[in-house]
Amino acid sequence: MSTITATATKPGARRAVAHTLAVTSGKGGVGKTFVTANLAAALAARGERVLVLDADLGLANLDVVLNLYPKITLHDVFTDKATLEDAILPAPGGFFVLLAGSGLVEYSRLTPEVRDKLLQIIDQVKPRFDWVLLDTGAGISDVVLFAISLAEQVLVVATPEPTSMTDAYATIKVLATQQERRHIGLLVNQVQQLGEGKTVRNQLQQVVQRFVDVGLPQPVKLELLGEVRSDNAVRESVRRRQLLMEVYPGSEAAQAIRALAAKLCE
Amino acid sequence: MKPIDPPPLIDAAELRLDLALQLLQQAGASLPDAEPRSAAWLQGVLDALCDLSSRDALTGLVNRRSFEMALSREVDRVARSGESALLLTLDIDHFKAVNDTYGHAAGDLVIQAVAEAVNRAVRPMDTVARVGGEEFSIILPSCPFTFGRTVAERVRQMVSELNVQVAPGKSLAVTVSLGGAFAPQWVRSSALLWMERADRQLYRAKAEGRNRACLEPQAECLVSAEEKGMLFAATQFQEVE
Repeated sequence: MSTITATATKPGARRAVAHTLAVTSGKGGVGKTFVTANLAAALAARGERVLVLDADLGLANLDVVLNLYPKITLHDVFTDKATLEDAILPAPGGFFVLLAGSGLVEYSRLTPEVRDKLLQIIDQVKPRFDWVLLDTGAGISDVVLFAISLAEQVLVVATPEPTSMTDAYATIKVLATQQERRHIGLLVNQVQQLGEGKTVRNQLQQVVQRFVDVGLPQPVKLELLGEVRSDNAVRESVRRRQLLMEVYPGSEAAQAIRALAAKLCE
Repeated sequence: MKPIDPPPLIDAAELRLDLALQLLQQAGASLPDAEPRSAAWLQGVLDALCDLSSRDALTGLVNRRSFEMALSREVDRVARSGESALLLTLDIDHFKAVNDTYGHAAGDLVIQAVAEAVNRAVRPMDTVARVGGEEFSIILPSCPFTFGRTVAERVRQMVSELNVQVAPGKSLAVTVSLGGAFAPQWVRSSALLWMERADRQLYRAKAEGRNRACLEPQAECLVSAEEKGMLFAATQFQEVE
């Protein structure tokens, strides 16, 4: 398949290996997959070659968000029924996806086979893209932690809801202590008013300083990479199962996602 | 027909081996049973030297250098297999007082006795190392959480049952504090980080009164009530602003 090279490319020097970014959240339902898909579209619009890997193997829903009905999924690659080449599909928004397919419950436990396959796949796709985004599952199971450990950067998506903040904090804590992460990006989704993102970030940073930094050789730095206000455009695009960047590119939320993409490319 | 030997790269007769042989002799290592300066004999000498340089002279345990190699291997193995592995680090309580009161020779006897007790408390597959003066570390591969607790407690208890005779008619009771942490399963991590986590638990055991074992709590109770309190108390405070 030649689709991979057919994507819009920007002239100039390319990285030899893709940036890898894991998008995670702790709690589910905070818009993690929404952010991942639209961020991928925003990066693609900047001329970056982007692959989204659906690392939410147990309960994947990137296909639902993108309204794709893939014939070939990661499962086929894992079982050697299809090549990796065939499983990398073009998605709306100008990026590529490797979908897990919904309900592959057999991968909700990390076995050495799944682990090796994922490692192989990451190594194979890295030289061919500028960005590989890993959409991880909710929670902090071993699958999620393993998927995150494959990426050099982490973006935690949280909302100002107490349960989301608690789970985001738990995720940050585990990443700092178990994976030596000292720099973690934060996107605050579904804020009521602008500025709330900064409040959430400061709260989290404060508790991290008090309870997590103690005993670590270097403190953990949380960087607020953006905030997205919940608006009708977001709700409408999600309901229609289309990318916000495509249906409401001028909306405030779309601008916020573009700003996030710009920040990541700095 | 006799095969033609390739010319030797080194002339074994020219090697200066006095110091190496002296070291081995001093350590009580037996010299290889082969024609002196033959390839097999040289290999035996090298093996004996490697063994010597990986052991602690006082206790015969694995030394720090060799321990660090074993720990890195275990990190890789756990990352691949997902098996749970425990690192215990322990420290003899109030050891300085033993040295100061009874002298260094008595201190050495205590260290030797503790090393032996620790070795008896663990499985043959576990690696027991002396990593510092009165500090030991144990790598326990394939060690589930519940077993980890049991074995840490067994080490503590077996040491506490010791009566080390440091002088005629003078026996000392010894205790140790232990800290333990499990390697993060599946994920890529580092040996250094693992040691730090175990050390943190050791400090906790010392701070809580010594002669005890503290293991890093499991991830289930990740966010304490105190942390939650701070997370949300501050939110409300700032919203009022």
